[in-house]
Order: sequence, then C-alpha cells, then structure tokens
Amino acid sequence: MPVITYREAIRHALAEELERDSNVVVLGEEVAQFNGAYKVTEGLLAKFGPKRIVDTPISEAGFIGMGLGASMLGVRPVMELMFWSFYSVAFDQILNNAANVRYMSGGQINCPIVIRGPANGGTNVGATHSHTPENVLANHPGIKVVVPSTAADAKGLLKAAIRDNDPVMFLENTLLYGEKGEVPDGDIVIPLGLADIKREGTDLTIVTYGRSVHHSLAAAAILEKEHNISVEIVDLRTIRPLDIDTVLKSVAKTHRVLIVEEQKPFASVGSQLAFMIQKEAFDELDGPIHRLATIDAPAIYSPPVETEQLPNPARVLKAALAAME
Amino acid sequence: MSKKTTATADKNDAAQVSPAAQAPVNAKLTKDERIELYRKMVRIRRFEERSLRAYQAKKIGGFLHLYIGQEAVAVGACSLMGKHDHVITAYRDHGHAIAVGMDSKPLMAELYGKVTGCSKGKGGSMHYFDPSRNYWGGHGIVGGQIPLGVGLAYGVKYLGQKGAAMAFMGDGAVNQGAVHEAYNLAALWDLPVVFVIENNRYSMGTSQERSSAGPGLAQRAEAYGMAWDVCDGHDVYEVRATMDKALNRARDEFKPSVVEIDTYRYRGHSVADPDKTYRDKAEIEEYQRTRDPITLFQQTLLGEGVLNEALVELIDTEARAEADIAADFSEASPYPTVEDIQKDVYWEVDNPTQRTSQGRLFFE
Ligand SMILES: Cc1ncc(C[n+]2csc(CCOP(=O)(O)OP(=O)(O)O)c2C)c(N)n1
Ligand SMILES: [Mg+2]
Repeated sequence: MPVITYREAIRHALAEELERDSNVVVLGEEVAQFNGAYKVTEGLLAKFGPKRIVDTPISEAGFIGMGLGASMLGVRPVMELMFWSFYSVAFDQILNNAANVRYMSGGQINCPIVIRGPANGGTNVGATHSHTPENVLANHPGIKVVVPSTAADAKGLLKAAIRDNDPVMFLENTLLYGEKGEVPDGDIVIPLGLADIKREGTDLTIVTYGRSVHHSLAAAAILEKEHNISVEIVDLRTIRPLDIDTVLKSVAKTHRVLIVEEQKPFASVGSQLAFMIQKEAFDELDGPIHRLATIDAPAIYSPPVETEQLPNPARVLKAALAAME
Repeated sequence: MSKKTTATADKNDAAQVSPAAQAPVNAKLTKDERIELYRKMVRIRRFEERSLRAYQAKKIGGFLHLYIGQEAVAVGACSLMGKHDHVITAYRDHGHAIAVGMDSKPLMAELYGKVTGCSKGKGGSMHYFDPSRNYWGGHGIVGGQIPLGVGLAYGVKYLGQKGAAMAFMGDGAVNQGAVHEAYNLAALWDLPVVFVIENNRYSMGTSQERSSAGPGLAQRAEAYGMAWDVCDGHDVYEVRATMDKALNRARDEFKPSVVEIDTYRYRGHSVADPDKTYRDKAEIEEYQRTRDPITLFQQTLLGEGVLNEALVELIDTEARAEADIAADFSEASPYPTVEDIQKDVYWEVDNPTQRTSQGRLFFE
C-alpha cells in the first residue's frame, strides 16, 4: 500500500473529487498561487486552473457565506480556513446560516459545503490561533463534524464529506500534516459516523480522536509493557454523527473508560460522551469515567508549558493509571 | 541592516532633502529628538535581527512576523503620542512596542516564552501589550484589533480627554468586515481615531491587486465621509507630517481619518514563509538599495549635520549590544510554571479577596 503524508492524503482527496465532480470548487486564503499556507493544496491551481482553485481576500465571513450561498444552487465549495481559529470571524455564516437554512426552509434547501483546515494547539501560536471548536460546531444540529487522525482516514473521510449533502466541518491538524501512513489506492470513501478501533485491548477503553489518538497509542504501549494493562483505543473519527455503538461495545468489554481530548473541559465532546456512556452502559462500568483534557485556560504561548497544557503521552499515562484504580 | 546601511551613504546622490522636513512638526525637532528617531529605527532592526537568530536557534516557537523595512512607520507615528494617545496593531507588533518605549528585555523574553516577558510568556510574538504606555497590543486575528481601536477612541472621548487612537492594520486587513463596521462607527459618532494602513504591498503571498477592489485602500474612507491621506512610509519625516495632521484632526475636531502609508517588508510574511511564489528577489533588493528607511534618514541627518559617522557607528554598536543583552536576559529567565497556566484568566481569581461571584470557575 502506498505510504503518504496526511497532507498528501487530503490533497489527493481534493484532487480526486475535483476530477470527479465539476461542481467542486476550492476557495480560501492562499490556496492557489501560494500553494496553501500549509501546502495542502499544492499543485491544485496548476492542475485545475483558477476557476476551480480560488484565492480569496482575508474576508472569512464574506467568502464562507458566499460559498454557502452558491451551494444552495448546487455548487459544492470546499473552503479552507487557514486556521480553524478564524471561524469566529465567520461564526454567523457557519452557525446561523449553514446550520439552520435547511431547517428554517422546512427542508427545501440544502448546503453541501465543506469547511476544512487545521484546528489544534501545540504549535506555540497563542490563544487566538489554537482553538479546537469541534464541540462548539457539534453543538449545532444541522452541522457535521469530522476530525481525522491518520492519513488514510483523512482521505476517506474528506471524500465522504465532499459528497455529503449537509455542511461538513473538517478539522485537520498542523502537527499531523507531515505524518505518514498507509493509504489504499483508488476511490476509498469512509462513511461519516464510523469510529475505528486503533488498538485492541481488554482492560481499559480510551475514547479519543485527532492527534490525541497518537498520544494515547504511545501511552498504551507503555501501559502494556510496564504496567501489564491492555488498552483499547476507540478513534471516533467523526464527532457528529457520533458512533456511540462502537464506544459502548468497547466499554462492555473493558468496563473502564478514559476519554482523551484536546478540548477545554467545559461542555466538551468528552462531556457528551461521558453522559451517554453512563446513561447507556451504567452497569458495565467498574469505576467512574475519567477524562483527560486541555488544562482549562486560553492557550499559553510558552512552548514547553503549552506541551503540558495539552494532552501528551505522559499525561495520558497518568490519567490511564488513575482510571484503573 | 546591511553594511551599506551603517556606512555613511555619500556615494550616490547628495543627501536627499525630505520635503516633509519643513513641516512644523519636524522643523521644531531638536537635534536630540532627531537622533532619537533614528536610534529607535536602528534599535528595532537590531532587535528583530537578533530575534531571527534566536528563532533559527529554536529558542522561539510559533510565528515570528518581522517588521524589518517598515520601521519608519511605527517610529514616526508613535513619536507623536501624547498622554492620551493610544496605539493598537496586529501581530507584526515588535516595531510599535519599541516605538512606544517598551524595554527590549521583556520583549525578547516574551519571544522566548519566559515568565519575564511582557506578557509573562503567555502571548508570544503576536501578542505584545503594555497598557502603561498606551500600547494595547499585539492582535493575532486579521482586522480584529480595529474595532478595539475605535473603542479606545470612544473611551478617550467618553472620559473627556483630549487624545486620539491609532489603529494600525495591513493592506490585507482592509477587507475584513469588522474594519468596515469600525469605519462607520467612527465616522457616525465622530470618534478621535486614525486608521493607519501599513501598505507593504502584500498580505502573505497576495498582492494588493489580487485582494482589494476599488481605486485605492485609503479612498474607501470617502464612502464614510472620512478624510484620508497617503504618504511615503520610507521617510520618517513624512510619516510624522502626515500623521500629525490626522492626529490633530482627531484630537481637536473628533474627526476620524484613514492614512495609508506605503512601506515594504524585506522578510517573508513570517519567518516560516519561503517567500518564493509572489515577488522577485530583485524587488526586495531594489527597496533595500533605494528606499531603506534607516539609510534614508541617516543620509538626511548626515546632511543636516545632526549625525556624523562616529555617532552612526556608536548607535549601531549600542543597538546590537542592547539586542544581545535582551537575548541573554531571556536565556537566563525561567519559563512560566504549569500552575501559571490558570493565572491571569479571571480578574476575580487573581484578586481573590475582592471576589464577589460564587461557584466554580475552572474545570477538569
Ligand atoms: C481572520 C484571520 N484570517 C487569516 C489570518 C492569517 N493571516 C495572518 S496575517 C495574514 C496576512 C495579512 O496581511 P496584511 O493585512 O497585509 O498585513 P501584513 O502581514 O502585511 O503586515 C493572514 C492571511 C489571520 N491571522 N486572521
Ligand atoms: Mg501587508
């Protein structure tokens, strides 16, 4: 199987969907001539030309709203946010318009847009640039939210997102762009709403997604070797729709749960998960549900301290041991 | 700064005489004040060159947006500040910080992420602040600072003070909706603000022609009935002369205006920008050779007899030493602790004896 980076996987998904459907158009700041701020869209302008790959001014509310409007006529815009953090500038377009148009029109209109870009901390860019809005987005019925952790998932899920007839928010990670993984050739589409077991185990379920999957895998290896604890890792991959069945199945097997998320704790994705697990699998639990999140404060700049603010393998390890007590 | 800049530049044309030198705001400058303008520009450049080396040595994380080439804008504009004048800008904020008088040690330490930094290592390069010098940041979201600038002007007027706010932005920021809302409010309510567009010709890799409709950026002011002006940002005298008019219009008549200042950045958008897709090396070199704000002002002051070769050398040596001292200071300073992460979030938590709310403020 070809081994490519997460960045290339996303680029391939874009290229294949641009090829497949002439209504797909890529819009965003620096996506065309500059080849993308993070080089995700490198080469796409050369291949598809300026009608399909469009550089926008720094006007997030304007171009995202525009893409949304065009989608009502059947154009399928894939819009890049240079950082997901800038979604706040376009909040109204995304969470009032995209989320509600279908509902408020009584189902007459649908908005097949994708908004994609990186949403993560860990790169020392400070509080304004380090938001992880998957919980905020998923709080809005009408919106779908995807957070891929590997190259293969990124490709398969992005293709599904572009073909989806609802607005899909696709949250990538600058620290994963260079990570390599096996990605099957050809038209691989991973349905939204399907979690993936990234590691099988019997003693503890870690429910996680995004870059935290990798931290959890690193901690799981140590837990196995040094503590004889067998960890199962459920990668949600999609936040909404949420594959709660796979989570519950794992909980029924291990009876202990740790949620690991790069999220501020209050009303996070983990909060919703914990509620559902206790409600639907109360009798399966041998202990309280544990959760490791970002330390509750705006993102600190200071590089070594930011590492400690976020989930990292050492923090996951500690939290896992606590969950086993 | 290249060697060329420090050498006395007598080879080509005789020291150019800036037409703005005769403007009253410049004519009244003492010799020491002129030298101070020059010194500040040199200090900014040396500071930033030193920070670039620290970045390359991996002492600094995240982004580093250098101001090199644009020094005359911040120095000229901020040199006009009185007690009730205020400054706010975007993420390319080191020059303004030095221009308003911040000490280079905490500025460098902020880049190093140290607790001795001007924001205790919490903000980084893009988020410098010093309210004691009426410097309100340092903002990372393009255009997001402009309504705040209008708010500073509103505050000055509300509090019955005589002063003005300068709200700096780039040529790319003018296309944010928040900027247009801010323009309208300022004009509608007669607020003492000067919107300063530092037009360095590019927003990241996008030239002005590719991002902005209409005949010119400053001219957009007309739609709101605001005065506007343009000026050469390579000439610190001209920046002062133009900004002086706009600031007085704000302070004396509560009239906002837009000033577009032509300038140029020599470095990539940030240190991470390979700077290969959108402009020629020749273009950068041409600016460095013919329009460098420091070289030009050095020539002017040599022509005026205010500077001499020895003084030029001394200012440069001192600026380099200052930057090195700032780096050493930063190196020796401690990082914040994990406990520090949750400080400075809420006023009430940092002032527990005066807390009036109840309940939990932080969550695990
Ligand atoms: C809302 C928002 N969108 C995009 C960015 C990413 N970004 C940072 S600086 C920049 C270019 C801004 O150019 P300009 O306003 O001309 O200022 P300059 O960098 O030239 O000083 C972009 C696109 C951002 N920080 N905030
Ligand atoms: Mg610019």
